[in-house]
Amino acid sequence: MEDVEAAFRAEYGRAVAVLVRLLGDIDLAEEAVQDAFTIALRRWPRTGPPPSPAGWIITTARNRAIDRLRREASRADRHAQAALLYAADPPVEEAPVRDDRLRLIFTCCHPALAPAARVALTLRLLGGLSTAEIARAFLVPEPTMAQRLVRAKSKIRDARIPYRVPRDADLPDRLHTVLAVLYLIFNEGYTASAGQRLVRAELCAEAVRLARLLVELMPDEPEALGLLALMLLTESRRDARTTGDGDLVPLPRQDRARWDAALVAEGQALVRRCLRRDQPGPYQIQAAIAAVHSAAPRAADTDWGQILQLYDHLLAVAPGPVVALNRAVALAEVAGPAVALAEVDRLDLDGYHVRHAVRADLLARLGRGGEAAEAYRTAAALTGNAAEQAFLTGRAAAVAPD
Amino acid sequence: MTLYLLSIHQPQGDLPPESEFLAGVMRQLGELRDELTATGSWVFGQGLHGPESATVLRPRDGEVLVTDGPFVEGKEHLGGITIIDVPDLDVALDWGRRYALATTLPIEVRPFQGGASD
Repeated sequence: MEDVEAAFRAEYGRAVAVLVRLLGDIDLAEEAVQDAFTIALRRWPRTGPPPSPAGWIITTARNRAIDRLRREASRADRHAQAALLYAADPPVEEAPVRDDRLRLIFTCCHPALAPAARVALTLRLLGGLSTAEIARAFLVPEPTMAQRLVRAKSKIRDARIPYRVPRDADLPDRLHTVLAVLYLIFNEGYTASAGQRLVRAELCAEAVRLARLLVELMPDEPEALGLLALMLLTESRRDARTTGDGDLVPLPRQDRARWDAALVAEGQALVRRCLRRDQPGPYQIQAAIAAVHSAAPRAADTDWGQILQLYDHLLAVAPGPVVALNRAVALAEVAGPAVALAEVDRLDLDGYHVRHAVRADLLARLGRGGEAAEAYRTAAALTGNAAEQAFLTGRAAAVAPD
Repeated sequence: MTLYLLSIHQPQGDLPPESEFLAGVMRQLGELRDELTATGSWVFGQGLHGPESATVLRPRDGEVLVTDGPFVEGKEHLGGITIIDVPDLDVALDWGRRYALATTLPIEVRPFQGGASD
């Protein structure tokens, strides 16, 4: 079971990407890959996982697709597809797989799809997340998300959204939508929307892997570099972010010796590369903020003035309530919690648990324990992540007046 | 290959454009048609008379009711259509973009059912 689950997380997107290329149809590809995992679930506990789980899944999915197409061959087009699969009989290669995933991500992030659908499709097809997980990550009911996915896949098929990496001329524009999607995947991995584990390392690794691939493909795009740097610097704190019991440790209380020095160094080097290019964008600025945190040996050494300046810059290029919320955290360090609280209270982010957690923290620092405890409880009720819930509930108890 | 409908959406009740501007639009549309024909992508295209020239037929209890006027009165109406046969949506959107710039009007790009002609 664990073998199959691990293979599912690691190989689902890879397998779907290859099968979409072979079959030319996303639904057929997904069905085939899911069939293959169902067989794995039956077989692997008896036989143990095969030497190459990815290759096994892809070959099995392809064979299942041929079977399925044969059974449904009354439809002439499916018959033709089956014939095509036989004729091609391509050996399962590892090399073109990376390109298949890149193709798939550009298809998932096509501008003719609604922005919410791009994110959902990428998480579903490349991340292998369930519809329920995606729905929770975006705070929408599961049937709504299911319908969004169905409609997006129908549009790809009916409107013939192509399955390829865009031409050079279109690449910069198309890249922006891809970066947004990767960042969301990373965040979903960093703070999983539900469940016991605070971090789903494999999702972060997937986002980092795709970001590296983009940087490799587009070395002259500073925002791709910026996003990769932001991910690496965030990822560097993962071990320090939880206790041995899986409890959450906020940034100021983290043991900085436990930060991954190699990731910090790589992230900071990328930030310096971005600075030299001097074409700032939202991801590069966020990476610079993370780099300022990483440069402080102790929390007390943090250059909050510089961080606040960077947030002002970020708010100018990418205005939005979540950025304003993060800026308020820096503002509290520079101008005090009362000023920051006034900012936070103006933000329309009632469904976002972090807003309530930040508010609670500011209230506690102002000595308003009762209100702080209530805000912590509101935040705890709004997150589905067990580690965050435990942390927030603990804080509520700690700040409540006796 | 897939058939796409490019429909041109025209605002209702605007003053008719200057004849000089219109001549420029018509010239550009002619060039687009020539290019589409040269690449084998042109299927059909034509401007429509105004919605006031339309007649609507409504079936009711086995009879058909004939009424004057467009099916829906709206702020915009269908000004004309072009049908092209191209490999995929990216190519269709490229042509649609050029129609939008030539006409200065919004263009809706929509695939035909069963339009795959390969």
